[in-house]
Amino acid sequence: MSASAGAGGWEPVIGLEVHCELRTATKLFCGCRNAFGDEPNTNICPVCLGLPGSLPVLNVRAVEYAMRIGLALHCEIRPSLFHRKNYFYPDMPKDYQVSQYDAPINVSGWLELPDGSRVSIERAHMEEDTGKTTHVGGGGRIRDAEHALVDYNRAGVPLVEIVSAPDIRSSAQARLYASELRGILIATGASDGRMEEGSMRVDANVSVRPAGTYEFGTRCEIKNLNSLRSLGRAIEYEIGRQVALLESGQAVAQQTRHFDEDAGETVALRSKEEAFDYRYFPEPDLVPVAPDAGWQAEVAASLGPMPADRRQKLAGLFGTGPTTPARDDQIATVVELGLDALMLAAVESGVDVGLALARTANEAAADPDRARQLEPTNYVALLRMEAEGKISATHTKTLLADMFDGGGDPAELARRRGFEALDDSSLAAVVADVVAANPDEWARYRDGDDKLTGFFTGQVMKVTSGRANGKAVAQELRRLRG
Amino acid sequence: MTGAPPPGGSALDLARSVRDGSTSAAEVVERHLSAIDAVDGELHAFVTVLHDGARAEAAAVDRAVAAGEDPGPLAGVPVAVKDNLCTRGVPTTCSSRILEGWCPPYDATVVERLRAAGAVVIGKTNLDEFAMGSSTENSAFGPTRNPHDPSRVPGGSSGGSAAAVAAGLAPLALGSDTGGSIRQPAALCGVVGMKPTYGAVSRYGLVAFASSLDQVGPLTTTVADSALLFDVIGGQDRRDSTCLERPSPRCTAALSEGVQGLRVGVLTELVEGADDAVAAAVRQAADALVAGGAGLEECSIPELRHGLSAYYLLAPAEASSNLARYDGVRYGLRVEADTVEEMNARTRAAGFGPEVKRRIMLGTYALSAGYYDAYYGQAQKVRTLILNAFDRAYQRFDVLLGATSPTTAFALGARVDDPWAMYMSDVCTVPSNLAGHPAMSLPFGTDGAGLPVGVQVLAPALGEPVMFRAAAVLEDAAPARTLPRVRAT
Repeated sequence: MSASAGAGGWEPVIGLEVHCELRTATKLFCGCRNAFGDEPNTNICPVCLGLPGSLPVLNVRAVEYAMRIGLALHCEIRPSLFHRKNYFYPDMPKDYQVSQYDAPINVSGWLELPDGSRVSIERAHMEEDTGKTTHVGGGGRIRDAEHALVDYNRAGVPLVEIVSAPDIRSSAQARLYASELRGILIATGASDGRMEEGSMRVDANVSVRPAGTYEFGTRCEIKNLNSLRSLGRAIEYEIGRQVALLESGQAVAQQTRHFDEDAGETVALRSKEEAFDYRYFPEPDLVPVAPDAGWQAEVAASLGPMPADRRQKLAGLFGTGPTTPARDDQIATVVELGLDALMLAAVESGVDVGLALARTANEAAADPDRARQLEPTNYVALLRMEAEGKISATHTKTLLADMFDGGGDPAELARRRGFEALDDSSLAAVVADVVAANPDEWARYRDGDDKLTGFFTGQVMKVTSGRANGKAVAQELRRLRG
Repeated sequence: MTGAPPPGGSALDLARSVRDGSTSAAEVVERHLSAIDAVDGELHAFVTVLHDGARAEAAAVDRAVAAGEDPGPLAGVPVAVKDNLCTRGVPTTCSSRILEGWCPPYDATVVERLRAAGAVVIGKTNLDEFAMGSSTENSAFGPTRNPHDPSRVPGGSSGGSAAAVAAGLAPLALGSDTGGSIRQPAALCGVVGMKPTYGAVSRYGLVAFASSLDQVGPLTTTVADSALLFDVIGGQDRRDSTCLERPSPRCTAALSEGVQGLRVGVLTELVEGADDAVAAAVRQAADALVAGGAGLEECSIPELRHGLSAYYLLAPAEASSNLARYDGVRYGLRVEADTVEEMNARTRAAGFGPEVKRRIMLGTYALSAGYYDAYYGQAQKVRTLILNAFDRAYQRFDVLLGATSPTTAFALGARVDDPWAMYMSDVCTVPSNLAGHPAMSLPFGTDGAGLPVGVQVLAPALGEPVMFRAAAVLEDAAPARTLPRVRAT
């Protein structure tokens, strides 16, 4: 689907593993706060520190969130088990991670991308996050650091890992998948999808094969990509690297690789031979999780519409005619930023759908966090004022900024700014003044040159600092012409 | 009960006299602290003795009695706690160098429940490092000795708890039993040791050895004390997901019900390899149950012959994971090095003893890619076979009877260089751990050298009440107990 597919006769094969932190109030196995950015080592207890004698107790809300994600991805929910994944790492308090292995809670789903392509989901399982290590001193890098500090606030935070099938064929499609998945995660309420805070992290498995063949090439896994841009760049680089190796007659070695943002290249972390033997076995401290049909139905009923449904709903407002890429982009933006409720409210109260989309996808989208806080009735009132010609487009933007800053009734804000449209008699007086001051133009207009409507409207706007309604000006001009 | 009274008196008697004011908790605790000070230099049952803490807790009990409050069913009774159970602010060592300097910030659930019942924690007892062993010789702090013959081992891994109770240094003790670590030392020291149904007692605060097998249980001088202590520590705990709701009736109430009409099976596989004196004791115990009105039959469960092999794969596999956290990063011993990996390796090399290292290596191997199916996977299948075979047996029998240990107490050093001989000490006890079933050992006579012999009563899951009924009858019928050579006076 993108330029890289088939380039030079090679077809990329890509599968993504997406880790997302669940936004539960507490951690997966203890009552500690699940919060980003708190003072290091303040949200910890014997359980998430893995102190001797402590035991995990499963957070039921995390299971519910995992089910929401599974259902949104059309997965089958299965009776599941936790396993221990054993390896030594200083920011992992027990030196094993409690995860799900061969009995994950969600299996066999799919995700449809906005371009209509489908990516199969192999599984979406629950696991606990690790702590965070900061290297201090030297250059701040692992190699030359003087010491390392570990913050265990994140240890035990619930994660769901969503594993796609190797169905993705280009970096662009990978980005689209990650972006659509992010929208779905947010829509389920299970995660905030903030890649910049690490609450959504992506690993990419990349291989290439001669176009038209079916056997997979040797794959490399690129770890911990934390933005859509890095994801795209890392995959592009990796495809190029593998193609270059193969074209020069060399083999691709199975490796785990790291993406160096600054250099824009992937570098080897460890080879297949150095890969950890995780020695998975069933976690004896936890009991199996088997959500019954009733619970599954309850969770399914609590799910709101997914981004694809919401885009379709907005597109439907424009009728059945052909769409344009620009309109689709605007709709995607409105849905992605969670502003569709605002737009729908405006359209339902009679605001023109084109105006509602333009203002929501541009002006409201400029500050989506504050836009989502707006009282919909105020937003609707603002757009109606513009639609009815009471204020100009410029005024709408200014008033929206005012509403972001402190909110309130847009009519009142307009009055305070002196933005209310002139009443009819004041307008008539201004128009008369402008006509009198421009006799030549008036003569041409009177003789039928309608293009001069724009000139007179501009003059009136200038005199009134934009408070006049353009339509009303034109009407008054026509009336004077008789 | 026939035989000599327990050196320090039974817990039931002590609690009764504290509650009715005829003695004070302070006096009881002082007497036991003096006994510890007098003889524990020789026995080394304790790793830590809590002189100040025990006195303070006793004073609180006495204040409650004076105020007319009920301090609980264990009022003023000293309890020795195995040092793999967490005690807030008190070192919990697991008899390992690797936990040097570590004080848990919390009490194990069973310790909380002891205190809530008015008991006084008098000290922390010695064990085989991380409960891995059958003789208490694998302690980083030196072995515990058997009060009946200090040249012999007390059994293990709860050897400190068993020796403390046998010598009258504490009327009650808590141990943990992963493959027999309560019952085998109880047998070798001539006391009552009971492993509850898996899940009957919370494991929260028990430092894990093999999580799917570990259970906390009582070591006592009498069967009635065992039931009392089990009733106090058992029951659901929201901090342990594998912990079960407390079944009714309470075991204390079942003690006097007798064995009339009970179907008893003598378990061939738990007698066949035992020394003559031990096998004779099991037959004599069976006769006593028949005399009490029980029906008796031989019962063979051939699957049990694979129990020891399965156990020595599963327990080390879980241990290899449970003990990974002792890496020098957060608590306990740290041996500094240039890299984290090197620091981990040096810390673990210095901190763990040879038996712990052996089991970590065994378990790591059993779980490794390419070996998992042949070892861990196969052992899990054996475990299922054993459980199913027990289930079939319990359709015909209410309780099963066998030896606890194939031998009586052996000499210190006799098996330290022969791990297989040491592992064989557990052959009669591991099946109940694999099945998750309750089982208890109680003293029943002595061998030719005058050393205590234990017989074992096994019951199905949550069958503690019927198990205690049989144990109470056996206790009454048992030959007179001999007093230990080292004891409180």
